[in-house]
Amino acid sequence: MRPRTKLIAIVVTMAVLLGLNQVVEYGFGEFQVNPYYARIINLVGINITLAVSLNLINGLAGQFSIGHAGFMAVGGYAATYLTVYHGQELAGLAGTTLATGLGASVAMAFSLLVGACAAAAAGLAVGIPSLRLKGDYLAIVTLGFSEIIRVVILNIPAVGGATGFTDAIPITNFFWIFAMAILAIVVVRNIASSTFGRALAAIRGDEIAAEAMGVRTTRYKVLAFVISAAFAGVAGGLSGQLFANPLNPQNLNFVKSIEVIVMIVLGGIGSTTGAVFGATALTILPEALRPVDRQFPGLRMVIYALVLILLMIFRPQGVFGRRELGWQWLRVRRSR
Amino acid sequence: MSISGSGSALLDVQDVTMRFGGITAVKALTMKVPQGALYGLIGPNGAGKTTIFNVLTGVYQPTEGEVRFDGSRIDGKKAYQITELGVARTFQNIRLFADMTVLENVMTARHLRARQVLADAVVGTPRHQIEERAIQAYALELLKIFGLDKVANEDAIGLPYGSQRRLEIARALATDPKLLLLDEPAAGMNPQESRDLMHLVRWLRDELKLTILLVEHNMKVVMGICETIQVIDYGETIAIGPPAEIQRHPKVIEAYLGGG
Repeated sequence: MRPRTKLIAIVVTMAVLLGLNQVVEYGFGEFQVNPYYARIINLVGINITLAVSLNLINGLAGQFSIGHAGFMAVGGYAATYLTVYHGQELAGLAGTTLATGLGASVAMAFSLLVGACAAAAAGLAVGIPSLRLKGDYLAIVTLGFSEIIRVVILNIPAVGGATGFTDAIPITNFFWIFAMAILAIVVVRNIASSTFGRALAAIRGDEIAAEAMGVRTTRYKVLAFVISAAFAGVAGGLSGQLFANPLNPQNLNFVKSIEVIVMIVLGGIGSTTGAVFGATALTILPEALRPVDRQFPGLRMVIYALVLILLMIFRPQGVFGRRELGWQWLRVRRSR
Repeated sequence: MSISGSGSALLDVQDVTMRFGGITAVKALTMKVPQGALYGLIGPNGAGKTTIFNVLTGVYQPTEGEVRFDGSRIDGKKAYQITELGVARTFQNIRLFADMTVLENVMTARHLRARQVLADAVVGTPRHQIEERAIQAYALELLKIFGLDKVANEDAIGLPYGSQRRLEIARALATDPKLLLLDEPAAGMNPQESRDLMHLVRWLRDELKLTILLVEHNMKVVMGICETIQVIDYGETIAIGPPAEIQRHPKVIEAYLGGG
């Protein structure tokens, strides 16, 4: 795309998001979006950011990390802390308060930035020593890290400890959630189709050959890990400041990490389109099955599990495999 | 080109020993490969040839000794640093990047020489797109030399065996090497394919001015193209010389056929 076209695309996307934001959050005239549906839509957006970013390290670089919830926690708590304790000051920078749309947006921008940086720093600290490890060992280290983070947070009263960060100010909205989801998609796809993406794919394919072809394997693994962590932090910041959805250490355990892994495996590991699909499907599916639960309590999770098992039997490479859906709809293109 | 103290050898291996625990895979190996040479390294199975390659390319760090390339020490350097200095290799057991196309395999090896900045890639700036097209054009050009341009968009591991070996050489060349290390390039090739390979290797040396170090079991290939051959057995050099001399060398005959 030419720079001009790109600028237009950005402006149009923002305008569409702002319009949809208005509809989803406040309704349009008489029409109101069911708050329950609005919530599911928002959770879909957050999960897309999580899945797409995890796909960078697990799918593209082929490094099995199960610490995504840990980075989500670091970023989420850092972001929420900033708005809770300094939100009014940040809104004051724009000459307004947190109660106004402008004030909330300024605070949101800063808090997401801080969340991303905090998670990226954590990613760097964990990544440098642990990405020299391979396979199962990396998985264990990342799992250990995310559990340590969880236990540490559990013991900090300023962020709510075991009760969760209930002081959070609900400034997350549809616009921010989907703006970040789209940003994550664009960033990951652009990296994937560059020489850096090929370097990551080479690492996934054959580390010895990659190194022999001049790829600095450890450096690129750390780089992918850091970018992936940063987006997890953004997702945490969005999630923690969503209305009545406070961050809670109990929900940020390894089960959350596994949930995101299941999303990318379902969609097709290595495919951004697949990650988006997986995140959407696995956020909606458990909710869509709720009516079943009313008649047969407990059956919902059985069906959910059954769907996953059947998929893994009949399509182990995931719905999309490694393929991507290009700009031209339905023109399925091969990707790296 | 800088000249090292020990003559004008492009690759200068001095008393390299490689031990794994109690096993000495390479014993005090000395090897000088002059600029522009077509140098063969042969020896029976388990003689330590691949270990030597792994030492030269930074996969292993030698227990003792020095390796100099183009005047600078490379032993102990990381594999990607050695590649950056201009040493490229192929692998005995083909190591192409699976789930990449033929073209992508070569483009990947261009990474080292690509002038791309991550920020440009993330934003997708025009500069990035121009560089990306340049990499692709370069890779296609290289594939054409190897007669692989027609299968550029096919899966690399779907190619016939001989083509995969050629692709590995093409991929190695994309890193802009001065020295090319070929680890059994003719393995698994039929006579026609090996003959084509011999032409190709000679062409690489003559036209691209590469220095080539070759490990090979196929004696027809080694004797046919190498000017100097070094024979090792149990990690030790037993003979160095031109092919005709090597073929008559009693120690070589003994190593290959067994002593009485």
